[in-house]
Amino acid sequence: MIVQFFVPHPPFTNMYNVLLDWTIIIGIFALVIGLSSLIKLHYTRIVRKTPDLPYSIVVFVGMVGMALVGLIRGVDEGTWFEWLFTNVQVPMQATMFSLLAFFIASAAYRAFRARTVDATLMLVTAVLIMFARVPIGRFLWEGIMPDSVVQWWANPPGDIADWLLNVPSMAARRAILLGVSLGAIATALKIILGIERSYMGAGE
Amino acid sequence: MGTVIGIWIAAGLTLCIYSFLYKDNPFYKFAEHLFVGVSAGYTIAITWHKVVTRLIWSPMKDDGNFAVLIPAAIGLLMFSRFIPKYRWLIRWPMGFMIGVGAGAAIPRTMQSLIFEQAGATLQPFTTINSIVITIGVLCTLIYFFFSVEHKGPVGVVSKVGTFFLMVSFGAAFGYTIMARISLLIGRVYFLLHDWLHIAQ
Amino acid sequence: MRIPEKLANLDRRYIFILIALTVIMPLLLPIGMPITETSEVKSVYDYIEELPPESTILIALDYDPAALAELDPMALALLRHAFAKKIKVVGMTLWVTGTTLGDITMRKAADGIAQEGEDYVYLGFVPGAANVIMRMGEDISAIFPKDYSGRPLEEIPMMNSIKNYKDIALVVDLAAGSTPEAWVVYAGTKYDQTIAVGCTAVSAVGYYPFLNSKQIIGLIGGMKGAAEYESMTGNRGTATAGMDSQSIAHIAIILLIIIANVSYFAMRKNGEENH
Repeated sequence: MIVQFFVPHPPFTNMYNVLLDWTIIIGIFALVIGLSSLIKLHYTRIVRKTPDLPYSIVVFVGMVGMALVGLIRGVDEGTWFEWLFTNVQVPMQATMFSLLAFFIASAAYRAFRARTVDATLMLVTAVLIMFARVPIGRFLWEGIMPDSVVQWWANPPGDIADWLLNVPSMAARRAILLGVSLGAIATALKIILGIERSYMGAGE
Repeated sequence: MGTVIGIWIAAGLTLCIYSFLYKDNPFYKFAEHLFVGVSAGYTIAITWHKVVTRLIWSPMKDDGNFAVLIPAAIGLLMFSRFIPKYRWLIRWPMGFMIGVGAGAAIPRTMQSLIFEQAGATLQPFTTINSIVITIGVLCTLIYFFFSVEHKGPVGVVSKVGTFFLMVSFGAAFGYTIMARISLLIGRVYFLLHDWLHIAQ
Repeated sequence: MRIPEKLANLDRRYIFILIALTVIMPLLLPIGMPITETSEVKSVYDYIEELPPESTILIALDYDPAALAELDPMALALLRHAFAKKIKVVGMTLWVTGTTLGDITMRKAADGIAQEGEDYVYLGFVPGAANVIMRMGEDISAIFPKDYSGRPLEEIPMMNSIKNYKDIALVVDLAAGSTPEAWVVYAGTKYDQTIAVGCTAVSAVGYYPFLNSKQIIGLIGGMKGAAEYESMTGNRGTATAGMDSQSIAHIAIILLIIIANVSYFAMRKNGEENH
């Protein structure tokens, strides 16, 4: 794979294509392996008759029902599978993640304190971004300020937020990206050279 | 009719999950576990119809390409983890996948995430922004260099790096709140517009 | 208990009710605040606007129902813009849970204005993320031999002239996860593919380095970015409808943070005075 990057010609390109095709096919089995942990967990709960047994049955009913509907009747447009996906999976998955809105508001109220200079800087930036990156930032500026001021500077909250995102925040993110990338390359090299073998199982 | 029933089921499940905000209850637990099961069943059906049949079965049946059996056989070795005596066989598919990934990653990551990013940082100081960016990147990198104690000049520089990091985390927090509220707006819009028909 | 202590110990369910009201009320009684454009979203719009008709773009719908509220409006706005400009669209996804969603979204956007097979094709899902991106750089049909509905690619008229990234003017990755980085590394750098990113607001901050280094031509972040794109294309959608709620909810949270900090400093001052 490394050689193909520098020599993008046959036979290296042919080998590159074959390796990618094989990796993609092997990856299919990795998708299904992930389900085994789930099945094992809930099967154990049912066998041991834990208090959550009824809910584990719900998991199996949902899994087997959805899988059978899809496997037997197909997964394309207009099928029962698509109907179940649209009216059961989509709303539940979307709602599950939307719960976080309440918890993040509660967490911001309880924990976000300007205790130190660093925390104050973080808090001020967060508040400015929240204010400026939605329509109300400019709406209030144009509503409160006299026309002459608005003509001189149309959208200071937006402009300051843009600067924060494109300059200091971007600089910090770039540094993090550089550090993470160097670490990823070091790990990849260690794997290739056989120094890092934890992916094969610790100590084996 | 199917659409109306579907919307009512969707709304009902949505409210079951929102009931968690008051306190944990059987309705929430039922919806949560149903979601887990349905998601797993979805993955099984989609993987079979849209991946296995397309990439393994179809090439053999329609094109007579039996070479796909080789990676399929290697992939099947993943299931050896369920047989304790042959668990070690999983190293073959894992090693293959990780080897390909590592080999592909090194030159490409180096070029796009290191050289390009470093090149974009080390620009002529023609504007104040370019000076601030270069200082920010260098100071933040020095902050993450823990092999040297953060004292004296190194301490000052890493403190400057901390300020840049705090601006970045503050921006991320503000955006995170925006994202979570957006998800809530999506669900509330569904309830008010699609289910109750009281929103525009 | 004094007021600062009462505020500090406020039951979180009152906060939940406040957030719910700030989201519900503007949806029932819209204010209609104008949407401000940002340069990073405009650059994506301008690039597509300037593409000649019959160009092809690839839209990677790399998200699942969890990110529906932010990324689906973005996808619909982009698709409708492309169809209006007579630009062909190849759709696909790197997320298994986004497979059916991608199909539904593309059909919804195309309804009445575009023809499957002639104006757009949805390829579906193949596992492997980076491997899929790299393989598409050589030959798309090798990894997607059929489209999502099962039609072989050689039977689809618009795919006759599309073999790999050389035939694609722009890749737009609508991502709920970290796939934009993979697109930049494996398609942008190796195959010199032009890339734009649409992402959830959570991830948006992390892609500004790529915007600055011009490895991506534009960035559409979150529901606000989707609303901006809807505004530019003249299609009012769910993102625009949600902006009033977004604004009011943000003000509510800002006020909560201010109240919390005022009560914190009041309690700290009382504590110091008592000592």
